[in-house]
Amino acid sequence: MTAYLLKRLVIAIATLILASMVVFAVLEILPGDPARLMLGLNASADQVELLRDQMGLNAPLVLRYLHWVGGLLSLDFGRSYTYSVPVIDLVRERMAVSLPLALIALALSTVIAIPVGLYSASRRGRAGDTIAMGAAQLGVAVPNFWFALMLIYLFAVWLRLVPAGGFPGWSAGVWPALKSLLLPAVALALPQAAILARVARSALIEVLNEDYIRTARAKGLPYRAVLWRHALRNAMIPVLTILGLQFAFLIAGTIIIENVFYLPGLGRLVFQAITQRDLIVVESIVMLLVVAVIAVNLVVDVSYAFVDPRLRGRQ
Amino acid sequence: MKLWKTILAAALLALATSSQAYAARTDLVIGITLEPPHLDPTAGAAAAIDEVLYANVFEGLTRIGPNGEVLPDLAESWAISDDGKVYTFKLHTGVKFHDGTDFDASDVKFSLDRARADNSVNAQKGLFAAIDTVDVVDPATVKVTLKNPQGSFLYNMGWGDAVIVAPESAETNKEKPIGTGPFKFQSWAKGSSITLVKSDNYWGAPVSLDKAEFRIVPDAAAAVPALLSGDIQAFPFFDPDSVAQVKDDPRFKVVIGSTEGETILAINNKKPPFDKLEVRQAIAFALDRKAIIDGASAGLGVPIGSHMSPASKAYVDLTGLYPHNVDKAKELLKQAGLENGFKATLKLPPPSYARLGGEIIASQLRDVGIDLEIIPVEWAQWLDQVFTKKDYDLTIVSHTEPNDIDIYSRKDYYFNYDNPAFDKIIAELNLTSDDAKRNTLLGEAQKILADDAVVGFLYELPKVGVWDAKLQGLWENAPIQANDLTKVKWSE
Repeated sequence: MTAYLLKRLVIAIATLILASMVVFAVLEILPGDPARLMLGLNASADQVELLRDQMGLNAPLVLRYLHWVGGLLSLDFGRSYTYSVPVIDLVRERMAVSLPLALIALALSTVIAIPVGLYSASRRGRAGDTIAMGAAQLGVAVPNFWFALMLIYLFAVWLRLVPAGGFPGWSAGVWPALKSLLLPAVALALPQAAILARVARSALIEVLNEDYIRTARAKGLPYRAVLWRHALRNAMIPVLTILGLQFAFLIAGTIIIENVFYLPGLGRLVFQAITQRDLIVVESIVMLLVVAVIAVNLVVDVSYAFVDPRLRGRQ
Repeated sequence: MKLWKTILAAALLALATSSQAYAARTDLVIGITLEPPHLDPTAGAAAAIDEVLYANVFEGLTRIGPNGEVLPDLAESWAISDDGKVYTFKLHTGVKFHDGTDFDASDVKFSLDRARADNSVNAQKGLFAAIDTVDVVDPATVKVTLKNPQGSFLYNMGWGDAVIVAPESAETNKEKPIGTGPFKFQSWAKGSSITLVKSDNYWGAPVSLDKAEFRIVPDAAAAVPALLSGDIQAFPFFDPDSVAQVKDDPRFKVVIGSTEGETILAINNKKPPFDKLEVRQAIAFALDRKAIIDGASAGLGVPIGSHMSPASKAYVDLTGLYPHNVDKAKELLKQAGLENGFKATLKLPPPSYARLGGEIIASQLRDVGIDLEIIPVEWAQWLDQVFTKKDYDLTIVSHTEPNDIDIYSRKDYYFNYDNPAFDKIIAELNLTSDDAKRNTLLGEAQKILADDAVVGFLYELPKVGVWDAKLQGLWENAPIQANDLTKVKWSE
């Protein structure tokens, strides 16, 4: 167990170092000058130089890399070029939207997907299975921005139950804030649930064909108990893997949904920072996401050990 | 059954509360597409800064009115010396900044000196280039001496980049803007919205709104449901392609106005074969402006024949100079020795007028034998490759700065255009303050640009505004990109 975790940890750290280099290098190669973007078409070349100096953009590349990494290690993420506030403040504000949104979406998709997967697997080939998997296919195929717009027209424009978009902030109260996250969470969760349901179903079907399931049935256990206690637990590994990947996706990959609902989340911040060449913001957030993805994968790796005792015993 | 009743009741309740909020309003939520990077109009070129703050929070010596006219603002009146070099401004008294400090002539001196200082990063530093000295005569009088007469000086002082700031707050305006305007800054939820509230100790005519929130809605598809649901009551700069969805709804007004955005097919004048006049004229004949406006701007937008807004008093209609004529274009190419056509690139920045217009222009030029390769670029790339390094053949862009015909005389500008006769007119224009004479000179300048077919002149970008039918006082035109809320109110 310890060796298993140690190995995972070493891989994680190596990935982080490599990622920091790639992220920094790629963004520096991108054409575009943040100083020129800020000053616009009417500013002279001298003025652009002046602003570049003030922003510290004229220092040598290696120095700037080391400075940035040094900052990251002491949890100083630098200052945004465009907003001129510490990056960490921006991230904290945006996380207050993106994290709850991702968690709600994740919870929703799990709550929908697992029962559907179980249901479909236990009725493989019958009408219920066909309908459920047809719906899942549709869920995967429908573009989420279109689905989001349909939700907005139904619940915000027609029924007026929730706002059409925007985020009032947690200071406006928990319910108003949650209310504005509901539609985006549903729009995010359904396609994810569709994928998850399909994975859960196929994993379960595989397990249900195993000998010990027949044995369990043969010794007289009710079908339901076999399904929940014996089959589901063994089918969890692929499901957890997908869940881990989805969480990373939900945190970062919400750019489209955040645009449609104009939510001030992390995805939109990254998108905006890229177009404005606010490199320090992009670099720091991408690194944070790398850390998040690695951490989530670590957690998933550890949770394998919990659902699969064989991994726990391994030295 | 019970669940359905609950849902229905909740829906009705929501409807009831939202319609109740409509009576006798003094609040307004305005949708804007881009978020300002910061809130200091004197330290950035982003139009979004002015869209929130101009005339609302910050004021200048003069200001630009709804139709592009120069109006007095913090300066009550002014006198100009006979040689046109000395401007003496009489200032309003009893004016206070939002933090309670007094406004007087020393603030004017501070603001102008700060904007033109060596280390200034004011994005429109050129506006202040003619200023020689700024002197405080007494607390209510300030004297500005110019190095040479400048015809556009009073207009220049009305730009958002020339607003008056206080030494006590100038450095923190990016986060917490402190001005003298009728609205003061309340809060900025980054990525989400900026809220202004009525200032209690405003010196001028009181405003009707108590509170104005600028909400950032980056996606055009999201703007329509935001209007329909009542969440947002006005989009002063709306996407022309989405107008059809709200046009027939009596709850909303669709207002089409003019801007200062000359949309052009820019040509690299030094790069062969575009250095030949015949080639550029051939392009001008090949362009079908009507088709471009229909396809790129939903049929909205006024064709232009030179670099001037049709809303301007100095405008000369030159759209008839190169009517759409494929044969004429081919003939000119033949004269240039290019009867077999040639290949070139067309770099397109992100706005839809460029991306959509580019497709149409490429097909129009293909008809005369010019084969364009379309290269989509981001803004950052465009600024780097096209604007700074001049590494391009053709590109499409809208020049939204007001009265900017002088860009064609700038050395090293990305058009690579060089015509001493044109430069002479601009130099003379800079020294002329008489309006009639200025308009004559501007007319000549427009003709030279059209004759030289410097770039492909396409159309004036429209300002498409959509707002609640009960809302009054928002600007119809956009002489500068601003949302002046000083006259905005709700009718009963």
